[in-house]
Amino acid sequence: MAHTHHIADAQTRTEFDYSDLRPFMSMMTGDEKHSEAATSTLDVLWTLYDRVLHVDPLEPNHPNRDRFYLSKGHGPMAYYAVLAAKGFIDPLLLHDFAAFESILGHHPDRRRIPGVEISSGSLGQGLSLAVGAALAIDLMHRTGRVFVLMGDGELDEGSNHEAIAAASRFGLDRVTAIVIDNQSSSHGWPGGISQRFAVEGWSTDTVDGRNHDAIETALTKRVAGRPRAVVARVGRKQ
Amino acid sequence: MTDTMRSRFNSVAVDLLASDERSVIVLAAIGSSGFSADVKAEFGNRIIDVGIREQAMIGVAGGLALEGMRPIVMSYAPFLVERPYEQIKVSLTHQAVDATLVSIGASWDASKEGRTHQAPEDVALMSALPGWTVRVPGTPEEAERAIRQAHAATGSTYIRLSSDTNESSYEKEIGRLVTLRRGSDDAPTVLVVGPLVGEVLEATATSDVTVLYTATPKPIDERGLRAAVLGTDLAIVEPYLEGTSSHVVTSALSDRAMRITSIGVTDPEIAQYGSPTQLRAAHGLDAAGIRSRLGRSLTPMPV
Repeated sequence: MAHTHHIADAQTRTEFDYSDLRPFMSMMTGDEKHSEAATSTLDVLWTLYDRVLHVDPLEPNHPNRDRFYLSKGHGPMAYYAVLAAKGFIDPLLLHDFAAFESILGHHPDRRRIPGVEISSGSLGQGLSLAVGAALAIDLMHRTGRVFVLMGDGELDEGSNHEAIAAASRFGLDRVTAIVIDNQSSSHGWPGGISQRFAVEGWSTDTVDGRNHDAIETALTKRVAGRPRAVVARVGRKQ
Repeated sequence: MTDTMRSRFNSVAVDLLASDERSVIVLAAIGSSGFSADVKAEFGNRIIDVGIREQAMIGVAGGLALEGMRPIVMSYAPFLVERPYEQIKVSLTHQAVDATLVSIGASWDASKEGRTHQAPEDVALMSALPGWTVRVPGTPEEAERAIRQAHAATGSTYIRLSSDTNESSYEKEIGRLVTLRRGSDDAPTVLVVGPLVGEVLEATATSDVTVLYTATPKPIDERGLRAAVLGTDLAIVEPYLEGTSSHVVTSALSDRAMRITSIGVTDPEIAQYGSPTQLRAAHGLDAAGIRSRLGRSLTPMPV
């Protein structure tokens, strides 16, 4: 059985790549195939951890690391799979996903999972936390960017719009918001999601959320004095 | 300038900004004018005003704390506690970071502004969140001590400032209960929280009662309470929603057969204006109101 095979495999291997992510997710869900919704964040997360973020599982609290905040919290299997592939958590933990003694719940808890910067699950709180963290990084003369992953449905929460305004008024170019757009917002965003950021002075881009090169280019870019928003479009929520 | 709890907040905040580079003030428009141009010129990057955005105010405090800063957040109680309550739960408490929240307005200070600016429920709400210390100082001096202690300590603290004040600072040691008047051994006890001491002393002037005072309703000074309460009757007089502090008191005395009553705000939707003193009286928390409501507790318990 493929399921058992991957657990045995994970015990002996220490290097993992993109092709391991779906089998890792299967350890959590038991499914061999995953819906578009379950993997909507997968390519952005992989590209972040593989090519963009300056993070090190051996020094997860380095003061000058990049911070990654999974604001959306929901459907964290892709996140856990990437954390496992990148050495933050033992892949064997995936098998007990959300069991009583597991550190991996259906929403991540920073107090329990190495490398997880914020506890999330209640939508719309990550971006304000990122604004505070970015201000602190400046005040403490540290370096590092703060990436916040959100969903287009999550953008419905009004708290995000307080944070979108605050981030740009403070000129926080350390902050990058990534909005995974799988068209799950109840009433849509007429004129486009990026406009919600652009009108507040953010630098914005919209990319194919499955194209690693495009994601990397958009996330690496930093415009002085302006926070950055990258809308990553993926298939419609199923 | 008159020495009020609010003015004391500003002077202490400036002192903390000067003495500790991790300290940072977070505001949502309210309170920004309390800091002078000179103070802003010197510490402006650590006086963060997010505008009228209270959810962001708490979230920003959480992000600052995640990086090791010591945020002090100040606003009117309804906008500090009630509007962003889930942010306090998730962006502070659930992240396991510390903050000091300082409110103004309390239950009736904003008498003319009406219900929207009054939060008798604040202490109950903050007491419901795990790990929070709640202080209801009775004087600017006690407020200053509470703010300094909160900033220096591990853990999060909610400090409820008021324009009401006691005649003197009765608290000897922060968090500890004090005896203001000692009645006979089996006399009823009245526990006053915060700035209602004058009203309670007047209400009980001719009664044989023991009067206790605390500025810290959570955690209650359990040992002090157990030592000071000698009789079987206890009334709690609290300047916020009636019954708020009943749980901590009954828990501390759960092994005793006692009659415990609460006297506080019963109708937050009272819909009257006037002065804070008038509104407090309308809530039945002036001396006459307290005397009449204490009546039942001061009657000896039937044997």
